[in-house]
Amino acid sequence: MTAAAPSSLTVRVLLFGSYAEGLGFETLELMLPSPATVAAVVDHLRSLPGGHQLPPKPLCARNLAHASPDEPVADGDEIAILPPLAGG
Amino acid sequence: MRFITGDPIDHAALLASVQAPERGGVACFLGLVRDHHEGRPVLRLDYSAYGEMAEAECGRIVAEAEARWRVAVALRHRVGSLAIGDTAVAVVAASAHREEAFAASRYVIEEVKRRVPVWKREFYADGTVAWVDPTAKLQHA
Repeated sequence: MTAAAPSSLTVRVLLFGSYAEGLGFETLELMLPSPATVAAVVDHLRSLPGGHQLPPKPLCARNLAHASPDEPVADGDEIAILPPLAGG
Repeated sequence: MRFITGDPIDHAALLASVQAPERGGVACFLGLVRDHHEGRPVLRLDYSAYGEMAEAECGRIVAEAEARWRVAVALRHRVGSLAIGDTAVAVVAASAHREEAFAASRYVIEEVKRRVPVWKREFYADGTVAWVDPTAKLQHA
């Protein structure tokens, strides 16, 4: 028997700084149709209340490393949306 | 955490961590909290980080520098509430000679600013507060 391909995946979204303030939360469990990309996560967030404050292509990270918008996401991934970096 | 700390940065301890008899050139860069930003007086700063990723990214940057030059690199970035003059970031690169120490320390601080997920909120003398966006100037230029 082969298992059916999962039709959805769940990622943990982290928001920081001005983005967390704009959307009103810092973490979110998000279910998306599979397959999905980092850009699909951003698009969903932009559809939420306050989501217009996110730019269309913000800096993103997947599992603690910088990720491009077209990078695929997997079930259980941690996707972080990063405001402009200001360290140093 | 190895690179991100809530405590004041101990410069002497960082220097000691990379000093060795064969390393005769040590370059140190300190980033201190400045009392102004784009002409506005600043009273203090709050630094915050995506701690786990900041640790990972700092580790990658130090490993890159140590692979590219014959250096030992120490790096710390502070988070939390900082006063004017406090050390926010410190990079120390130690090598046999100064060229590699300068090159590695410059590489590390530039990559930290470009890649490490740290943010700062500035508290101005006029009572206002703002997230610092180093890209805003570029977009509006």
